[in-house]
Amino acid sequence: MKRVQFSSASLPYLYLLPQLAIIVVFFYWPSVQAIQSSFYLEDPFGFGSTFVGLDNYTDVLESSSYGEIARFTVVFTLLVTFLSLSLALLFAVKADAVLKGSSTYKTLLMWVYAIAPPVAGLMGVMFFDMHIGPFLEVARLVGWDFRIGLNYFDTAFAMVVISVWKQIPYNFIFFLSGLQAIPKSLREAGAIDCRSGFRRFWTITLPLLAPTAFFLLIINMTYALFDTFGIIDVVVKDKAANNPITLVYKVYMDGFRGGDLGGSSAQSVILMFVVFVLTIFQFRFIERRVHYN
Amino acid sequence: MYRTRLSDHLILILGSFMMIGPVAVIFLTSTHDAVEVHRHGLMATWGGHFTDTYRKVLFESGGFTGQATGLRMLMNSMILGIGFAVGKIVLSMMAAYAIVYFRFRMGTFFFWVIFTTLLLPLEVRIVPSYEVVQKLGMLNTYSGMIVPLLASATGTFYFRQFFKSVPDELLEAARIDGAGPWKFFIDILVPISKTMIAAIFIIMFVYGWNQYLWPMMMTSDEVYFTLVRGIKQILLVWVGSQIPDYNEAFALAVLAMLPPVIVVVVFQSWFIKGLTESDK
Repeated sequence: MKRVQFSSASLPYLYLLPQLAIIVVFFYWPSVQAIQSSFYLEDPFGFGSTFVGLDNYTDVLESSSYGEIARFTVVFTLLVTFLSLSLALLFAVKADAVLKGSSTYKTLLMWVYAIAPPVAGLMGVMFFDMHIGPFLEVARLVGWDFRIGLNYFDTAFAMVVISVWKQIPYNFIFFLSGLQAIPKSLREAGAIDCRSGFRRFWTITLPLLAPTAFFLLIINMTYALFDTFGIIDVVVKDKAANNPITLVYKVYMDGFRGGDLGGSSAQSVILMFVVFVLTIFQFRFIERRVHYN
Repeated sequence: MYRTRLSDHLILILGSFMMIGPVAVIFLTSTHDAVEVHRHGLMATWGGHFTDTYRKVLFESGGFTGQATGLRMLMNSMILGIGFAVGKIVLSMMAAYAIVYFRFRMGTFFFWVIFTTLLLPLEVRIVPSYEVVQKLGMLNTYSGMIVPLLASATGTFYFRQFFKSVPDELLEAARIDGAGPWKFFIDILVPISKTMIAAIFIIMFVYGWNQYLWPMMMTSDEVYFTLVRGIKQILLVWVGSQIPDYNEAFALAVLAMLPPVIVVVVFQSWFIKGLTESDK
């Protein structure tokens, strides 16, 4: 905090008021409501609700479909995180290494950041489309009868590809700026001591990038869990039927399409818990990182 | 020293192609007519229907969205993007100013009240948020679209970090010269935060423009549809139609990505600086 500060009885509250008012109305009120309605069973026709204790939670956790969706969400999150991080790292290392055209490559590799997930989803769906998609012809060459929206695995494949494509630029920006922050003297010393570029990468560059990578790991996990909503929505088009969906999508489906408010709220609270753990993890880590820097 | 190898360039060219290729194909396909697309699939050539299609999408009402023209959606997207970015900057600068520059008893408490919002993204509390907005009668309004999105601490976090890095001497000097809190804020803090404000504006504009779930839930009236929201409508209309208007859909997708892409590419250095230096 600052050494010198203003002291005033009312001013700080006045400055805080707009932000606080919005947060209380649009953050705390709905969050409390989610927690509250997770303990109630809402009448589907709107005639009040009954307190059911933890029933909504046990119903959710015991249902086989929730388990399956949770499993898919984990696999999806891990795949998207791993693939987008490693591809972005590859591009960042190469963009950092080339002498000519580095800034052009940078622009070309980062601009997709600005594309909205559902727009990326629409494009992806068209590439995998059964009537007009060019990917199908490629798949046919290797005898793969690709059917997006009908085959569970094929749909999941398309979701992962689109989500990874959309996330590479973000990771690329961070990896590249992390790499450029590595002092030149350190690299030169490394180059004198070790001839193998591959080994230098593993023993010098990667450890120095570890803080960036860890930060990105958490960000990518939250991306795969929440921000991919638009992609998934465009790919499954409200027909979850046989298609893979993530946990957030199920919250939306049950709460909005299904009208199961209690069940949806219970799922929300479970997800809140997951995000809570992830964020605490991130905060603790960031503090340590600041400390060592 | 490290010598650049041909393979480095090859990988980068491949990567760039991977990023540009799909968008280029979607754009080129949007210049063909629907029947052609239906018959031959996605196109990698110029179709010559560019003006027809884009004029139709921008100015003609009807088509796949009933009342809303592309221009109307473009305007709504602009309102959402700019409204969100400006709102975010004003609110969070003021809140961060109070937290960093004032000593007051409830300071730490309010700090945590605000920063707890980082824990829960809107997606998690989407259904109760909808109910709150419904109770307040804000469905199908611009304020209902923008204000609930402002209920997060990201901007406040950025500005708090930045204000903390501003040298203390500035405030000391200002106080010696007799500047009050408001004068110091407007005449000193805001001008030195210019680059930071620009960077956050870009990030927030893109974020607001690209919102999907929230505008989708709370706007049923097509007059309020944004371009990104319109994507959903395209897909719903397609179900069951003989030859979907691929070209118009792609034109709309191109329009939906154009403004944020331009902003990000043109203001690249600010944007990257804002993203990497504050998002920690």
